[in-house]
Amino acid sequence: MERAGHAATAPQARAVGPIRWLRENLFSSWTNAVLTVLALWLIWELVATLFSWGVLHATWQGRDGGDCREGGACWPFINAWFGQFLYGRYPDAERWRVNLTYGLAIAGLVPLMVPQVPGKLWSSLYMLVVFPALAVILLPGGVLGLRHVTTDLWGGLLVTLVISSTGIAAAFPIAIVLALGRRSRMPIVRWLSVGFIEVIRGVPLITVLFMASVMLPLFLPEGWTIDKLVRALIMVALFSAAYLAEVIRGGLQAIPRGQFEAADALGLSYPKKMGLIVLPQALKLVIPGIVGSFIALFKDTSLVLIIGIYDLLGIAQVASSAQTWLSPSTPMTAYVVAGAIFWVFCFGMSRYSQMLERRLAAGGQRAVTKAIET
Amino acid sequence: MAVSTGTSPRAKADLKGLLYRPEVRQIVWQLALLAALGFAAYWVVNNVAANLRRQNIASGFDFLGRISGFDVAQSLIEYSNVSTYGRAFWVGLLNTLLVAALGIVAATVIGFIIGIARLSSNWLVAKMAAAYVEVVRNVPLLLQLFFWYYAVLKNMPTPRQSFALPGGAFFNVRGLYIPALEFQPGFEMVLGALVLGVVATVALRWWGRRRQMLTGQRFPLLWPSLVLLFGLPLLAYFAAGSPATLDYPELRGFNFQGGLAVQPELIALLLGLSIYTASFIAEIVRAGILGVAKGQTEAAQALGLTRGQTLRLVIVPQATRIIIPPLTNQYLNLTKNSSLAVAIGYPDFVSVFAGTVLNQTGQAVEVVLMTMGVYLALSLITSLFMNWFNSRMALVER
Repeated sequence: MERAGHAATAPQARAVGPIRWLRENLFSSWTNAVLTVLALWLIWELVATLFSWGVLHATWQGRDGGDCREGGACWPFINAWFGQFLYGRYPDAERWRVNLTYGLAIAGLVPLMVPQVPGKLWSSLYMLVVFPALAVILLPGGVLGLRHVTTDLWGGLLVTLVISSTGIAAAFPIAIVLALGRRSRMPIVRWLSVGFIEVIRGVPLITVLFMASVMLPLFLPEGWTIDKLVRALIMVALFSAAYLAEVIRGGLQAIPRGQFEAADALGLSYPKKMGLIVLPQALKLVIPGIVGSFIALFKDTSLVLIIGIYDLLGIAQVASSAQTWLSPSTPMTAYVVAGAIFWVFCFGMSRYSQMLERRLAAGGQRAVTKAIET
Repeated sequence: MAVSTGTSPRAKADLKGLLYRPEVRQIVWQLALLAALGFAAYWVVNNVAANLRRQNIASGFDFLGRISGFDVAQSLIEYSNVSTYGRAFWVGLLNTLLVAALGIVAATVIGFIIGIARLSSNWLVAKMAAAYVEVVRNVPLLLQLFFWYYAVLKNMPTPRQSFALPGGAFFNVRGLYIPALEFQPGFEMVLGALVLGVVATVALRWWGRRRQMLTGQRFPLLWPSLVLLFGLPLLAYFAAGSPATLDYPELRGFNFQGGLAVQPELIALLLGLSIYTASFIAEIVRAGILGVAKGQTEAAQALGLTRGQTLRLVIVPQATRIIIPPLTNQYLNLTKNSSLAVAIGYPDFVSVFAGTVLNQTGQAVEVVLMTMGVYLALSLITSLFMNWFNSRMALVER
């Protein structure tokens, strides 16, 4: 009956295409329709505000803050300071060294990050050994006839990238040791790891940076000094190591017990068991978490301005209070531009990590289900 | 001779065997680690002592009793420049707690709204919520604080051209001025009625639950609770002859007098902290709601529960279980991030203590250690409380 009835009547005429989509997704009920109208109004307001600030009422030509009286963005200010945003006070004539370093980094990162490119081992070796060595020669200089550029001249995006990438690279081995230590059978090792991780995770990064700027010099014998940037680097690395250790511990816990037992049964020593069997699997599982830690570190790098190192945000701060460009709209312009640069990096990385997560979920189905079972 | 050559290799083998035994090696490793750490600590302590002696700084906590000689812009307890450094410690700590508490409330409200909006069946609303999350959480918090403080609040009009807000409040470059509540004698009665109402509500809930357990009948708790919580104090308020008045801010000369003045630094910090943290809370809420199996909703509907009951009795309790642990982390993050106040000049704990007090006394080691200790204690207390709350909410498995 039922079936016959269906077959007899023609399918009900329904709207198709965009109209149907609109009806289902935006106007399915009265409340939804009201919400849609409200949302449209909000979007219109936002776009109109942005457009009038960035284009209609913006100043495009000018020589100082006095020209930026329109109330909109002050673009000539960005034009004048953009070099500083990217390089800080790094000498103009030497900026090609920074660009070359970026180019070398991209040359290594692209093959490492695009899954289809083969030879991951070679590109990781390049990134871990060859590139750092080249960067250490290129950026500070002082050798091979390159002019020495002291770190107090570094600034802007350069410092942000140097601190975050060096920080994560230095944090990585420390984090592995801490994560293994936290799961160790030796009580003293375990307590020390737990203590370090929890203390660092319990305090704000600022206090750790304060420690770098006021306490670290006291810890060293008379006459020893460490470069301010290096001091900040050490502390940033220790700080993110504690967070990274917890990420890696998550990966270690997801490895089935059988893997440990099989390694033991084969008679592998502890370093071999961990290095050849456990860590490769655990680290692969937590790659998205590691990228997440890197994003957090990248954003946290902006805190170094509090101890007097001028990263991208620090330069934006200095620039917006510089006498020549003083105007009511200068700070807004500076922060919007710096924020956009930060956003592009962080958003790009988070998208990349989501892509990896999907790939891992598809390829590592077995490992993931195993992790859930145990 | 023969005997000694006979035992010697064996003793060697024993010694070797001893070294190969896992327990022995573990003890040796740990002792070596302790020795290395002990040496490092000794070296550091020695260096610190030598450095302090050279700079003529006496170590110890005596400085806490000395007169501070500086003023603090905002203080919840009585404080002036003749108070001690110890008093300044408490002023800063209370300011941090104030901003953390207000920020947690605001971030939770915004976060829940955005998180639920992301799951809206309305495509536009869901996309806008997603855009909020992606924009806000990918920009450093410090930049957002600077944005609110230097780019927005510093561009507000002067007191003479203040924005007048409804209810007698004013907003200008010097902050927000709101009417202040002033208590007259007799207000204790209202407080007493409030306490009574809370006690009565708890008792009523307990009785209602017991009755439901015994008879299966639900007692409508919402309205009686509301009456007890709000009606009772209101009644007492009028009975006592309205013992509270509002003190309105007024423009006198160049600035507002009277009322409650909220500094722009506090407003910027609250805006930055709550908007930033809300983007993370929104994701947690979304994951929590999505984490409740669809079968639960369907089962609730099959049992004949209304939409509201389904949400209140089935979805929310289960989602809460998923949400609480990561939410705790966000609350802790917000508290720690409130230390960025130092960058915009809000007198929080780090700014007052690790900033001004450290600069004036030079007691770097003591001050930094105390600062870290305070944040550790705050983290510990928050996570203990949230763990207690979590265990109350946790699934009771038979």
